[in-house]
Amino acid sequence: MGIVSPMGADVAENAAGFQAGRSAFSEVTFFDVSRQRVKTAGVAPECAISGERATRRMDRGTRLAFHAAREALEMSGAPGRDRMPLVIGTSAAAMPIGEDYHRAAHSGDAPRHLQLRRVETYQAQRQLTAMAELLGAGGPIRIISNACASGANAIGHAFHLVRSGRAERVLAGGYDALCQLVFAGFDSLQALAPSGIPRPFDAHRDGLALGEGAAFVVVESAASAATRGARVIAEIRGYGAATDTHHLTQPHPEGNTALETMSAACEMAGLEPGQIDYINSHGTGTPLNDVAEGNAIRRWAGDAVSSVRVSSTKSAIGHLLGGAGAVEAVICLMALEGQWLPASLHVREPDPVCTFDLVREPREAKLENVLTNSFGFGGANATLVFSKEDAR
Amino acid sequence: MSTTLAITGWGAVSPAGWGAAALADALASSSPCETSPLERKLGDSTVTTLVRRVPAGGTAPRVPRLRRASPIAKFAAAAVAEALGPERIALAASGKLRVGVVFTISNGCVNYSNRFFNEVLADPSLASPILFPETVFNAPSSHLSAMLGGSAPNDTLISDDSGFFSGIDLAAEWIERGEVDGCLVVAAEELDWLSAEAVTLYSRRMVPAEGAGAIYLAAAEGPVVLDSLPDPVSYQLRSRAEAAAELRRLLDVADDGATLFVDSRSGVDRFDRGETAAWAGWQGPRWSPRAVLGETMGASAALQVVAAVEHLARGGCGRAVVATSGWNQQAAGAAFRAS
Repeated sequence: MGIVSPMGADVAENAAGFQAGRSAFSEVTFFDVSRQRVKTAGVAPECAISGERATRRMDRGTRLAFHAAREALEMSGAPGRDRMPLVIGTSAAAMPIGEDYHRAAHSGDAPRHLQLRRVETYQAQRQLTAMAELLGAGGPIRIISNACASGANAIGHAFHLVRSGRAERVLAGGYDALCQLVFAGFDSLQALAPSGIPRPFDAHRDGLALGEGAAFVVVESAASAATRGARVIAEIRGYGAATDTHHLTQPHPEGNTALETMSAACEMAGLEPGQIDYINSHGTGTPLNDVAEGNAIRRWAGDAVSSVRVSSTKSAIGHLLGGAGAVEAVICLMALEGQWLPASLHVREPDPVCTFDLVREPREAKLENVLTNSFGFGGANATLVFSKEDAR
Repeated sequence: MSTTLAITGWGAVSPAGWGAAALADALASSSPCETSPLERKLGDSTVTTLVRRVPAGGTAPRVPRLRRASPIAKFAAAAVAEALGPERIALAASGKLRVGVVFTISNGCVNYSNRFFNEVLADPSLASPILFPETVFNAPSSHLSAMLGGSAPNDTLISDDSGFFSGIDLAAEWIERGEVDGCLVVAAEELDWLSAEAVTLYSRRMVPAEGAGAIYLAAAEGPVVLDSLPDPVSYQLRSRAEAAAELRRLLDVADDGATLFVDSRSGVDRFDRGETAAWAGWQGPRWSPRAVLGETMGASAALQVVAAVEHLARGGCGRAVVATSGWNQQAAGAAFRAS
């Protein structure tokens, strides 16, 4: 696994940050936020990539993705990269380059060759093909853009490709970098917490904070991993995906589709709600999302709900949009490996919808099975279930 | 792909008109569709780009979600309505048919993105909260699922112009796993001066265009069968020409002089070179949709496929092969036969 988030530039820094309960929001400086209501976000560390000429034309998001993907590949020691497929989730992709193209087109004085370069490098598939080439990964690239569920969908797709025997191993993950259009978009929806600090599941929560980052995993068949003696971080046990058609931007208030994906993923995993030791919630901190997800968890867990431990790591790093599902999956893997629970920070008074055990401080815990939810604009819902290798 | 999959419905909206029949007729006649000027003010001057628009006259289904949607969603919905037909749409809406949606896209909702970003640059405090959600890549596919009802999976794939084949591949996965009863594979694009001028940066000979294509894939009897769908051949670690040649090898279609080949040539030699070499000496009939329709970007492979399927269903040929040498990601294709 590999990760870059506002919490740090690799697995070690992220694990330490979440275990310490650190909050990682700072001023946005790489585009103009002077006229926005909110001026902060979860900003990822700069991931300069030295000695790689081809990275010069990479947008910020793809650089984050490259950094995390390289960490995942190096950790896995996976051979046979020349045929390895990639499944990657993103929502904004290389939008900052598109913004530059837009500004230059309006100015009318941009040289044609520079505009062509912007058009070409704006395209996600162009960027990710270059990234894959640098990583030595030569298989087909599938780019999923299901808004904020993209990263979780990518890992779910990879899971199915391996499970069906179509691929022995797949590099999968998600990424997004902050950009002006999306930042202004969430601000226009008044979805951003005015203070810049999100408080998911707080009774007085007032919105989300945006963030940026990337995370990748190498999904490999158990047989292949055993044959080459690879260290197995966790087993993917279940994946559920479904579509909430209630509204373009609002979930069904009872969390119907979230309930469906959580149930489907657990059924595939062969696990009952009482066997799930931790849920990394979608938990954006918007009034509507947290109620819908809280209701879904209550309905899914039934009588066991009070013992289900839940937190939202968006409270610490923000909402990473297309990268969120993958980053939160890797947070789950780090928690499984280290046997700790990340916290929902900044909660003063839990919302009544929290019938579950809201984890408000990071703590050590015995974890065997964990679940992560991701929901996006357009009604894209996804749930992943991971288990410790020896949990069965 | 271990299950035999049939294409049991298809639809198109293109510069040739609303419907797959208009598309196939236009390609059979090889007559380029009409161009029209797309103008925008730049200071005291006017920038004009010649484009091929979807002609007026057709309509998208009248559903609430499409009221504010941009043309891309309306084109896609019209193609989907044609592909599914009213009976299957009613079955889906009543929950008796689980219809998955795979939407492949390159540009997306560029009209609203352009407008919204203009508003942001002018004054972000006045930027429209109604426009922003429509700028998200998966907004059009979400509208399709809302039109159909149910909670079947819905994925949007970003790709170059060859992405439609990756979409077919994903649809086949879902059908084989039993997650859906059938799956729509849709691709659509819309024109806006921003994207039209972008296309002409690649070559002034390219004519930007718009449209949508959709097929409905199911493990069922149907007039057209998906014969082969090799994995796409990516451009990383190999050249476009090598990828095109490898794709032809993987498609393994015998050139019997009667099989229809629908290619992706743009008319610009430097882009076409690899595909031209890979398919040199093809003896059968050959269609080049871009010469007729223009550059429909992410929708182009869908229109290639729908044209081939329509021709097969009409009995115009017994087999068809469709190949796309994408701009900057992969070469991909598929072979089909009449059942």
